[in-house]
Amino acid sequence: MRTTARRGLVIATTLTLLLSSTACGSDDGPGSGEPVPGVTDTEIVVGTHMPLTGPASAGYSKIAPATKAYFDYVNANGGVHGRKITYKIMDDGYNPATTQQVVRQLVLQDKVFAVLNGLGTPTHTGVLDFLHTNRVPDLFVASGSRNWDQPDRYPNTFGFNPDYTVEGKILANHVKTTLPDRKVCFLGQDDDFGQDALAGVEKVLGADGVVARETYVTSNTNVAPQIGAFKAAGCEVVILATVPGFTALSVGTAARLGFRPQWVVSNVGADHPTLARQLGDAAGLLEGMVGLNYLPMQGDTDNPWIQLFTKVNTEHNGGAEFDGNTVYGMAVGYLFVQVLLAAGKDLTRESLVEAVRKGGYQGPGVAPLRFSATDHSGYGGGRLSRVSGGAQSYFGPTYETDESDGPVNEYTAPPVSPPVNGVPTA
Amino acid sequence: MDRFLFLTLDGLSRGAVYAAFALALVLIWRAGRIVNFAQGAMAVAAAYVAYSVTAATGSYWLGFGAALLAGLLLGAVVDIAVMRLVDHRSPLNPVIVALGLVLLIQAVLGMLYGNEYRPAQAPFSRTALAVGGTAVLSPYDLFVFAAVGVVGAALVWIFTRTAIGLRMRAAAFAPEVSRLLGVNVGGMLTLGWALASGVGALAAMLVIPTELGLHPHAMDLVFVSAFTAAVLGGLDSPPGAVVGGLGVGLLLSYVSGYAGGDLIPLAVLALLLTVLLLRPGGLFAPVTARRV
Amino acid sequence: MSATRASAPPHQHRAVDLVRPGRPVPTLIRHLAVAAGAALVVLLVSYQLDSYRNFQLATVAAYLCATAGLTILTGLCGQLSLGHGALMATGAYTVALCQSAFFDRGVTSGSVLLLSLVAAVAVTVTVGLVVGVAAARLRGPYLAGLTLAVAVVVPALTVTFDGVFNGEQGLAVPLAPAPQGLGVYFPHERWQLWVAAGATLLCLVVLANLVRSRYGRLFRAVRDDEVAARLAGIHVARTQVIAFVVSAAGAGLGGALLAVLAQSVSPGAFGLTLSLFLLMAVVIGGLGRLAGAVWGAFLLVALPDLTHSLTNLFTLSPAAAQRLEGNLPLAIFGATLIVVMIAAPGGVQGLLSRLTRALRARWPAGRS
Repeated sequence: MRTTARRGLVIATTLTLLLSSTACGSDDGPGSGEPVPGVTDTEIVVGTHMPLTGPASAGYSKIAPATKAYFDYVNANGGVHGRKITYKIMDDGYNPATTQQVVRQLVLQDKVFAVLNGLGTPTHTGVLDFLHTNRVPDLFVASGSRNWDQPDRYPNTFGFNPDYTVEGKILANHVKTTLPDRKVCFLGQDDDFGQDALAGVEKVLGADGVVARETYVTSNTNVAPQIGAFKAAGCEVVILATVPGFTALSVGTAARLGFRPQWVVSNVGADHPTLARQLGDAAGLLEGMVGLNYLPMQGDTDNPWIQLFTKVNTEHNGGAEFDGNTVYGMAVGYLFVQVLLAAGKDLTRESLVEAVRKGGYQGPGVAPLRFSATDHSGYGGGRLSRVSGGAQSYFGPTYETDESDGPVNEYTAPPVSPPVNGVPTA
Repeated sequence: MDRFLFLTLDGLSRGAVYAAFALALVLIWRAGRIVNFAQGAMAVAAAYVAYSVTAATGSYWLGFGAALLAGLLLGAVVDIAVMRLVDHRSPLNPVIVALGLVLLIQAVLGMLYGNEYRPAQAPFSRTALAVGGTAVLSPYDLFVFAAVGVVGAALVWIFTRTAIGLRMRAAAFAPEVSRLLGVNVGGMLTLGWALASGVGALAAMLVIPTELGLHPHAMDLVFVSAFTAAVLGGLDSPPGAVVGGLGVGLLLSYVSGYAGGDLIPLAVLALLLTVLLLRPGGLFAPVTARRV
Repeated sequence: MSATRASAPPHQHRAVDLVRPGRPVPTLIRHLAVAAGAALVVLLVSYQLDSYRNFQLATVAAYLCATAGLTILTGLCGQLSLGHGALMATGAYTVALCQSAFFDRGVTSGSVLLLSLVAAVAVTVTVGLVVGVAAARLRGPYLAGLTLAVAVVVPALTVTFDGVFNGEQGLAVPLAPAPQGLGVYFPHERWQLWVAAGATLLCLVVLANLVRSRYGRLFRAVRDDEVAARLAGIHVARTQVIAFVVSAAGAGLGGALLAVLAQSVSPGAFGLTLSLFLLMAVVIGGLGRLAGAVWGAFLLVALPDLTHSLTNLFTLSPAAAQRLEGNLPLAIFGATLIVVMIAAPGGVQGLLSRLTRALRARWPAGRS
């Protein structure tokens, strides 16, 4: 009994103390002329969430450091309107619950100006509402889901990757025009990635144009049953909507079953250095693989963008291994700097979003960026690549299309060269 | 029929690896009544040793030997430096310590080698040999069966035919009596850990070339399947582990071949429920005296 | 959060509580009083902290329901569960489906959340009953094996039945904003904390009372010696099922609250890792006492935060940073876990009790 009484006294004292200090707290609304979160005269703080650890981090963990390296390069060259960019990278391990935490930390605690290039469909979907409520610009989400393109619901969210349906249509168009009358089969991840890609393929080839459809789940690394089914069905062309690990696994499994179809792979799973690293001695199996990309090929050393990014990688990224993820990360950084410049010196969240909505950006990408007031998806197409002699290079024209029933057209705008010092100008 | 044969053989070759890994779990369970949740991470660490040795020397077999040796050593070190110090009165403590080890080992591997998939070499061709037009088994599959078979036979021999095996069994089943009879119980336990960890390393060397590649998390899923297999067989029973491993391998293969990959977890749960509800101590559980 | 102190039994291994001299205040009243005090503290603290800390505290509250439930099952009744993450997922998805159903029919008032939470607990209790009946037949590693399978299967079901659960992407949880009466600029995070803390305190009062009731004694009797319990006429299997169901209710409520906080649910958030972390949290917090569950819940939330701040302490070259980022904190956490378990197997709460006892022993006088 006495303990209880004593405890009660302690609690009461604490409460009184707390109460007296609470009187100072208040819930004032935002006043006018309030400073923009994350922006000072000398600094812009931007954040992202990425898997740096865990099973899903392979490859992806290189993206954010590459983006940061490009920002460091820009900072070393005077920054944007005199402001240096600070990039806060948060590890979410591809766990949506952790994404919730780290994004709130970025927005509420670190007061970032914007969230840039948050990676993953399930992870980022969970924070869309939170970012919307807090009016945080949510730029260039790293995933090809169609979720990001909802201007009415999420006016501050913009994608980056071509959506999976667009990819599927362009890949299927290639099959239709250059490999007619072959038996086409499809292997996709058992989520919206695989489903959207299959929808794109079927829009071009028709539902009966795909002989066999199989799916895989990332928690089961044995794809022999699926590949065995393709072999039994006599597939000649296999379209893959797979992550890199499962592209390599499918190609390797097919080889050991003595099955050699033409592989046609969606952008996500077609980065040759990543696949070759994983296959090791069996990298020769990738010969002839057709992939899709919309950024310069990492191995194309004549490309001025690759020269620029290689230089940045050496100077600011510790000379990390240079692959498609590095190019991707730097391309995101370049686009963000372009948008910052377009938003002008009086940087606000509104002016930033307005700058993206205005569109008209052209950078390293070969395909068009579609940003407009009504379109918040990213790249609207891509160009096909083929692995030949152990190197991946582009062939044929660049294509663009939409995610519905529109035709697949050639995109003819010539590529641009990077500015001399590698930093975009307004 | 071809498809059935193909799925059966594919499932068996995978099941053999689960069986080996389940055996490792059973070894430790019999020796010290601990479910070693760190088995997967320890095995991956051994596989990374093999990777480094092979990269330095260019020889797969040197790496393979190094992995087995590293596995044995790591098992002994974990027992002496960690597990022996844990208060075993609550069965949960070793489990939590093992989970801590998983985090530690995977993080250290991530720091040393990075979170990238590294290619894992297979010593034999993985291209299936065709018999009568049907692709059946690859030389590598045969190697897997042979390796698991040899290890299983060796374990049986050690435990039933050698004095040290007898002492290990005695130390596990009646530690107090054994100690009185002059058996070095602690030493036997350490030996058990070393053997189990060595078998785990072998399983990792066999399975990683067939998966996504070498990665700190490469054995996570194999651990779950192998644990299921060990529980199915009855954790006290080495033959149970083998049967459970092969059974789980077949089940996974049939389900993903005939029904779709997304049903696999459900099928595993159904199998586990059916077996455990009929025989709560696993398939090969010894008949226990009726409890009060 | 001090609600649980009163419920901690004096000694973990004593099956029957010490009988205190004098007339005790009825347990329920005492627990309610402590809970009311805790509620007041949370209320005040919610005005002191910034939005992010409010959100973190709300998350602690949500996890606390689950860890408290797990403490009842594992600490009190001695049954291991590796599947509580899956039970949380059950609660979370139920809330998501209920809220969506309400909002689709145009019922958007804030009070429907209460109904959804009740539904979440009810559904999880049903699932817990099914698992619990199976689990009551199993011991040690076999129970671990079964619950491990449950932990893996439930998130996977969302992909199998993606028509209902929308696969990996998960579902949104539509919620009414904070009541108008609180003002237009009332921070959403503070409202979330109020909701979560309210539900959690209620849950804790119920659990703390249960611990002190006849059932608490049955649980402990079964944990300490099944055979003796059976000889004493206790229906062991039924007791274990009851413990599982109670524990599931806690986990379900915790998952439901998490879903409400995140305003979304997806299978990735409820994977095997969550189940394992819940178990680690209760063991490190101190198994067998509800106070340990509180420490555990705090740990679950503080850990990622701490580890991130830790990495930020070092300025590293880009190459080294890429390797250490994320990994270094995990290594430190793993090592700490091992050291804590070896040095202080009673967990945080065990350490605190020992410290208190040591202090009391040094200054016996001056205290009555």
